[in-house]
Amino acid sequence: MTDPAAAMLTVDNIEVVYDHIALVLKGVSLTVPKGGVVALLGANGAGKTTTLKAISNLLHAERGEVTKGKIVFEGDEVQALSPNELVRRGCIQVMEGRHCFGHLTVEDNLLTGAFTRRDGRGAVKADLERCYELFPRLKQRRKSQAGYTSGGEQQMVAIGRALMSRPKMILLDEPSMGLAPQIVDEIFEIVHRLNAQEGVSFLLAEQNTAVALRHATHGYILESGRIVLDGEAKTLSENEDVKEFYLGVAAAGRKSFKEVKHYKRRKRWLA
Amino acid sequence: MFYREVGQFKSTYAADMAIFPIRQDRIGIAVMLGLAVIAIPLVANDFVLASIMIPGLVFTLAAIGLNILTGYAGQISLGTGAFMGVGAYAAFKMASAFPQVNVIVWILASGVFSAGVGVVFGLPSLRIKGLYLAVTTLAAQFFLDWCFVRVGWLTDYSSSGAIEAARRSLFGIAITGPEATPLARYFVVLGLVVLLTFVASNLVHGRIGRTWMMVRDMDIAAELMGVRLLPAKLLAFAVSSYFAGVAGAMMVFFWLGAAEPSAFGISLSFQVLFMVIIGGLGSMIGSYFGAAFIWALPVLIKFTPNLFGIEIQSATVEHANSMIVGALIIFFLIVEPHGLAKLWAVTKQKLRVWPFPW
Repeated sequence: MTDPAAAMLTVDNIEVVYDHIALVLKGVSLTVPKGGVVALLGANGAGKTTTLKAISNLLHAERGEVTKGKIVFEGDEVQALSPNELVRRGCIQVMEGRHCFGHLTVEDNLLTGAFTRRDGRGAVKADLERCYELFPRLKQRRKSQAGYTSGGEQQMVAIGRALMSRPKMILLDEPSMGLAPQIVDEIFEIVHRLNAQEGVSFLLAEQNTAVALRHATHGYILESGRIVLDGEAKTLSENEDVKEFYLGVAAAGRKSFKEVKHYKRRKRWLA
Repeated sequence: MFYREVGQFKSTYAADMAIFPIRQDRIGIAVMLGLAVIAIPLVANDFVLASIMIPGLVFTLAAIGLNILTGYAGQISLGTGAFMGVGAYAAFKMASAFPQVNVIVWILASGVFSAGVGVVFGLPSLRIKGLYLAVTTLAAQFFLDWCFVRVGWLTDYSSSGAIEAARRSLFGIAITGPEATPLARYFVVLGLVVLLTFVASNLVHGRIGRTWMMVRDMDIAAELMGVRLLPAKLLAFAVSSYFAGVAGAMMVFFWLGAAEPSAFGISLSFQVLFMVIIGGLGSMIGSYFGAAFIWALPVLIKFTPNLFGIEIQSATVEHANSMIVGALIIFFLIVEPHGLAKLWAVTKQKLRVWPFPW
């Protein structure tokens, strides 16, 4: 898709096995170009979260391991690196379900994101202001405990916290989960802004195909541990199969009975 | 390949829910029982029976009891030793008060008393969770310890403060007291432990067991499904203490023959807790593995040098033993943090799909 030099992250044919028994990813390859927003789409249990966790090396906590393939971040193989080392290198994950530190205030939560920074208080302070500028809602709630804020605000805290580490790349897992459509749009708007203004690359796993493809540059569609379709976001969203199975739009809207097809579109790649 | 259920069809719900749904498992359990009933008595000498098999089985029963409470219902308890003590003292009192009734009846009944005590000390569990609950059960441990020492009535005012197993027999064969042979005691212990394992296994595989596991995994969700938390938790405390109590009674009557209050101290509680953790929380077979690991392994290590005719000072053996067992505990928990039972389950899965890796 892109030449390897311009790639931020390359995942090359990885296999993931849980519990020594269950093969979950059966050879997944993908590339995130520098400054790209790549959407990883698919149904429940397709392997989106597993892919993200394989990249940021969080599988051990769930008795999983990468058995084959390699993951290259900025030219270095990173399978053996611990999650904290990856953060130092500029690749950070925002986990599904937010995982804010419930007893810390919103501001403290954001400051935890700067844990790996070594460039002084002034720079961190400036970034905090920048964060509040992106999420004005958080500024109003800066002194309240994160556990008492709403779901959307917690998602903002989680993204803001990741930003505080000055990442080059953010792995975003289901940012839209459980949020109102309006908030989802707001969050994707911010993803878009960060990408355009600060050049942060994104790899986002999403169920909400329509929103994700609207904001992404590239898309990959996973199904039961394999990538079945990929391409530019625009091409994908015009693909008939994607429309039928993931966007919920029939081939040409309403049709008259004269033109009704007598067969159903099938997932040909399953054959 | 070696362990595969291909061609074994189940046509009823009961068959599907059986404790051993796979034929290989049934054969395996029959072989194990055969070994325990026929091979071990033929091969083993009195020492192996009296110092490995009998205590191993008694601890297994205690571990099953704690596993029900901690592994299945998720309530941490540090009072197992005291609950075992309650069973032992209850069995002692009843056996001496009603000598005409068979001692097996009293051993099985002694658990009822520890179940009652367990329920009382389980009452705080509705409010108190996790490590804080462990601390309140610690109170049970200290309070009951105090009772065993201070309440003379419990020991029939014996001057030494110890209780002693009375001489009793079954079908004319002495099973408790100094005349009972290790073989006779072994058979009684084996029978009781197998019977009670069967009972426990059926409990945890049914509706009650599911209730406990719901409470363990997420008590709020369990409540939303209509589970009444207090009865569910108290039942877990009762059943768990029952098993611990019977194990305690068996400890005095079939293994030690006599016991002082210090036998039921906090170290006993910890010993059983380690068995449950290393064996595997929430697993019946894990209780067997854990008891074997924590009890039988040190005994084996201790006598291995003698077996090969190597003369080592007993103090040296004792120190080496602690180090070896400690290192093995750490090793096994690193290899498999979820206990030996999980290791066993993974092995079975591997055999199932062999020669493919998954």
